[in-house]
Amino acid sequence: MTRLDLNTVLDWITPGSRVLDLGCGDGAFLARLRDERDTTGVGVDIDPDNLIASVSKGLDVIQEDINDGLHCFSTNGFDVVVLAHALQELTHPHIALQRMVDIGDEAVVSFPNFGHWLCRLHLGLKGRMPMSRAMPRQWYDTPNIHFCTVKDFESLCSELDIDIIERATIAGPAQHLLGRWLPNVFASSAIYRIRRAGT
Amino acid sequence: MSETIPAGSVGVVTPQIAKCDTPFAFTNGAALSSHELVYETYGELNSAGDNAVLICHALSGSHHAAGFHAGDDRRAGWWDLAIGPGKPIDTERLFVVCSNNLGCCDGSSGPNTINPDTGKPWGGQFPQPQVQDWVRSQKWLAEHLGISRWAAVMGGSLGGMQALQWAIDFPDWVEHCVALAAAPGLTAQNIAFNEIARHAILSDPDWYEGDYLAAGALPTRGVALARMVGHLTYMSADGMSDRFGRELREGSFTPNDNAEWVFQVESYLRHQGSRFSTQFDANTYVLMTRALDLFDLAGEHGGDLTAALSNAQAKFLVASFSSDWRFPPQRSIEIRDALMAAGKSVTYANIETDNGHDGFLLPNSHYEQLLSEWMRRVGPS
Repeated sequence: MTRLDLNTVLDWITPGSRVLDLGCGDGAFLARLRDERDTTGVGVDIDPDNLIASVSKGLDVIQEDINDGLHCFSTNGFDVVVLAHALQELTHPHIALQRMVDIGDEAVVSFPNFGHWLCRLHLGLKGRMPMSRAMPRQWYDTPNIHFCTVKDFESLCSELDIDIIERATIAGPAQHLLGRWLPNVFASSAIYRIRRAGT
Repeated sequence: MSETIPAGSVGVVTPQIAKCDTPFAFTNGAALSSHELVYETYGELNSAGDNAVLICHALSGSHHAAGFHAGDDRRAGWWDLAIGPGKPIDTERLFVVCSNNLGCCDGSSGPNTINPDTGKPWGGQFPQPQVQDWVRSQKWLAEHLGISRWAAVMGGSLGGMQALQWAIDFPDWVEHCVALAAAPGLTAQNIAFNEIARHAILSDPDWYEGDYLAAGALPTRGVALARMVGHLTYMSADGMSDRFGRELREGSFTPNDNAEWVFQVESYLRHQGSRFSTQFDANTYVLMTRALDLFDLAGEHGGDLTAALSNAQAKFLVASFSSDWRFPPQRSIEIRDALMAAGKSVTYANIETDNGHDGFLLPNSHYEQLLSEWMRRVGPS
């Protein structure tokens, strides 16, 4: 996540929360949450260098593949489960989302919006899978196997009985307002605060 | 010799003996009127007493965990990789204690020491210790040394299991707990391998029902075979292929060559077995493998590992080694998941390696970095 994304998420986390950060990377975000929001929590990452970097920040980390490792976390074990910019890399995003709202009272999910006008332009005019600074890899060699748009995500939440508590969108400086009015077209990425419906 | 001591070593160390004159009762009901524990320490205990770390050894390990013994500068202690100034278990900061388990053969009271009641070696009459007995005897040693709480208790394999038992049996004593290549209990396959090892020893004609010392004999063939079987389970298939392949140590495959050939791996196993058979006591091997077989972390809680760990107060590091098939990663994951379900602080890593179960003893940059970084939270900051 970019710094802007992190600031948004930071505002959504109640001080003292117990946080599970899926795909925690080098642990920078969890460490910031701990230092600024007094949270406790656990990071999950598969990469050994990320693991060591997180441990060196004094964090608890579980080396696990989040594609098949979510079963080890107890239902209602955390206040918040965070999945930052990794939804599109998961084998079964819908199963992960369901599990996340079971594990946490709330979940925070961010992803790049494939409905962004630049993606549409790329696909519509060039007829090729979009590539950009944010998505630099070729379609056959990318970890991003499940791109979705803002509309796709919201429709999936509805199918899965997941309530959207809050949404924030990230757009270029000139498109900031457009990103709010027409997120499916102008948001480069979106961040959602969600929970199981009826809770 | 001092010229040969490498940087980062604790240097020359001298084992010490603690004599306990109060009776010690084993879980199985047997008792010793008095006993001795041999141990080593590295680093200095600080005045606050909050920098003491206990190292628990594995099946064939001993109290000699780091540094060198005078007159033997070839073989460093078994965990010299991890213990020393500037190493993951940093002796410039931490006071490290490692004791030889009760019933072992490296100086603590055991089958090869004299039974004060008979004046003869204990032999097969030494009581069967269990992991919780070792924990209680180490607690006595800690008090004897003026320690009232461990900043960390740690170990690999059986040593890791003992560290977990510490965290359960004396929760307020253990601030951090490190369990490497461990398991919550042995599988049928693990017990089967141990039984093959014991069978090799018990069927040696020089076994004499365990009283071989009195008979002036040593069941070296049985112990060598036991070690060969055991050692095999510590290595991975890929690691063995890389190290030995199908290389010959002696002879050749040339047709008409009547000379017998010896594969490198055969020669290696024979060497390991033979060296071990004169150094390790047969009764101890039987007692240690039985203690392993009996170990069951969740036993007193009807198999509920989460319940067993629920009283622990320690923060945990659990690590497995990808090619370990003796206690595979899945066994560490069982411990990890139970700890998480019990709401404990836990970090878990599965170290990618071809070193098999021996992975916790061998160099590996990810393993050493992880241990080093995690250990920074142990002891006074």
